[in-house]
Amino acid sequence: MSDDRTNPETSRRDLLKVGAAAVAAGTLAPGITLIAPAQARNPADPASAKQRWGLLIDATKCVEGCTKCVTACNEEMGLPDHGRDATDPQYIRVVTVRDPETSHSKQLPVMCQHCENPPCVDVCPTTASFKRADGIVLVDRHRCIGCRYCMMACPYKARSFAHEVATEQKPHNPRGKGCVESCTLCAHRVDAGRDPACVETCPTGAMLFGDLNDPNSAISRKVKDVSTATIRGDLGTKPGVRYIGL
Amino acid sequence: MAAHSKSRIVYRALDAKSSGYWGLIAAFGLMALIGGGAAYTMEHAGHWITGMNNHVVWGTPHVFAVFLIVAASGALNVASVSSVFGKDMYKPLARLSGLLALALLAGGLAALLLDLGRPDRLLVTMTNINPTSIFSWNVILYSGFFAIVAGYLWTMMDRRGSGYYMPAALGAFVWRLILTTGTGSIFGFLVAREAYDAAIMAPLFIAMSLAFGQAVFMLVVLAAYTWADRPLGDVVLTRLQRLTGIMVAATAYFLAVQHITGIYAAEHRAYEAWLLAGGSVYTSIFWLLGVGIGIVVPLVLLLHPQMGGNRVAIVGASIAVQIGGLAHIYVIIIGGQAFPLVLFPGMEVSSARFDGVVAPYAPTLPEVLLGIGGVGVALLLLTIAVGALRFLPESLADEVVDPDHVPAAKDAAPKDGADASHEAVPAPAE
Repeated sequence: MSDDRTNPETSRRDLLKVGAAAVAAGTLAPGITLIAPAQARNPADPASAKQRWGLLIDATKCVEGCTKCVTACNEEMGLPDHGRDATDPQYIRVVTVRDPETSHSKQLPVMCQHCENPPCVDVCPTTASFKRADGIVLVDRHRCIGCRYCMMACPYKARSFAHEVATEQKPHNPRGKGCVESCTLCAHRVDAGRDPACVETCPTGAMLFGDLNDPNSAISRKVKDVSTATIRGDLGTKPGVRYIGL
Repeated sequence: MAAHSKSRIVYRALDAKSSGYWGLIAAFGLMALIGGGAAYTMEHAGHWITGMNNHVVWGTPHVFAVFLIVAASGALNVASVSSVFGKDMYKPLARLSGLLALALLAGGLAALLLDLGRPDRLLVTMTNINPTSIFSWNVILYSGFFAIVAGYLWTMMDRRGSGYYMPAALGAFVWRLILTTGTGSIFGFLVAREAYDAAIMAPLFIAMSLAFGQAVFMLVVLAAYTWADRPLGDVVLTRLQRLTGIMVAATAYFLAVQHITGIYAAEHRAYEAWLLAGGSVYTSIFWLLGVGIGIVVPLVLLLHPQMGGNRVAIVGASIAVQIGGLAHIYVIIIGGQAFPLVLFPGMEVSSARFDGVVAPYAPTLPEVLLGIGGVGVALLLLTIAVGALRFLPESLADEVVDPDHVPAAKDAAPKDGADASHEAVPAPAE
């Protein structure tokens, strides 16, 4: 018969072929083919400037008193709580902003803004602070000497110094006493094609992660449609984190 | 090459066999050891045992370190004035000036480096230089300062190097200005902080370096000559006294300009109001210790006509300048960090992590001991060097430092015949 769609044998055979191909692809290249075809990269490949990872945070959806993103971050990155607010590590914090003229108040999460022109990278004396090609700003813990100049230079107070011996570390976030650390935009998850832990956890969907360089990504379409702003945009740091309702 | 003076200056090492000398070595060595112990404690337990935190990331060790580094540059002033500006009267003191500069820098760097989170990785600063980092530049500037000043000392102390005296002197002079500019720029380049982000930080630090460095230098000269029982005339001392007074006045000028321009600029106004009139501990430190003891008292003691050559006044002023210097640097470094970072201009902010409030900080014992350890390192190196090599002239009597010195008519005794306005006569070529 000429039309295979009408032949049950052919259809079964084709289905088996497709299934086998899918299983093979899933086995051989799990990170590339099946899990997240659009975003994951091969671990052997370097980060690419084709991507510019960014976050869009809708402050109007951020619920007062909610700190689930903070909790998720602490769990994901293995951050301890010694009950010492001043020295405990903090990758993300919730800030309440009140307009004294109108008394209008809102809260929003603040983390490393993954700047295009990061002051922390400029001032680091050992190039331990660096920006990946895809815009994620990281600290090389093997190179950091713990001088804390990056913390002085960060306009967002987004970095922490590991004040204490690190215990219960996560393999994807090795921490070392005496080094500076900060939000990695969950690079380990992003590289595997997943969203950062805070984004995944946010109960109201106030956080959107994606590729700002991809005009078809949800985040690109959203920032095109809606008015957004960055924190201290006047400083020219060009953050990769943008806010709605700032 | 110009002669160091008309009369031949004889340099002699301090008596390194005396019990007093070894007492000093032991005392300064103990200070350095205690500082090392404090650093070990901080590194072992982690910085949480200090007053420093994620908001005030640089603390008391940095105050001592920056003070010593800035003073190091200023301590070289006497040597520069004698060579670059041709003031022969200071030439006998030029060796000590260079030595003190090296010792202070070593002490400052010791305190600074031992406070690093990972001091064991210091070599990384040499292998991974970041050209956009002023810290990286300072690694080169500080290392270069050691090399250039050591070379400068060699040209002064070894006849084989005398042909390079002026190039070395000029090099050291320019280098120390750049070095202090670099130290001031650590703060000047911090655009996000209301307390910093001002180009005036560089000249302010240069002025402070001259005042602090000369204050330390005068104390060292007085202490060394008193303990060694060597003649020290009033002529050179009075000159140093006046020169230091001018440097304190310059510091006051730049501080005033810094804060007046801060009040004028809207973005800095809140910080200035908080610091100058906020009533916090930083306000008290600034006015009482920084301005009162650090500027007003020394200005009177150093520049008042009746204080000329008064050794008690000189010692008092030197100590006051140093207390005031530490206070100013404390306010700049710690006050500047404690003031809340402005993330949302015009808005009131709060969080569980000290947004919108003055960040907590209180110095702790390990920090203070580490800072004092840095001072100990500087004094230990200085003491060892003056006991081992010929840094100190046998005599700084008026007729030695200024062969044309004419004692006052009333009293021929050199100490009473000091004349602050007496100019040194340029010495003929050797």
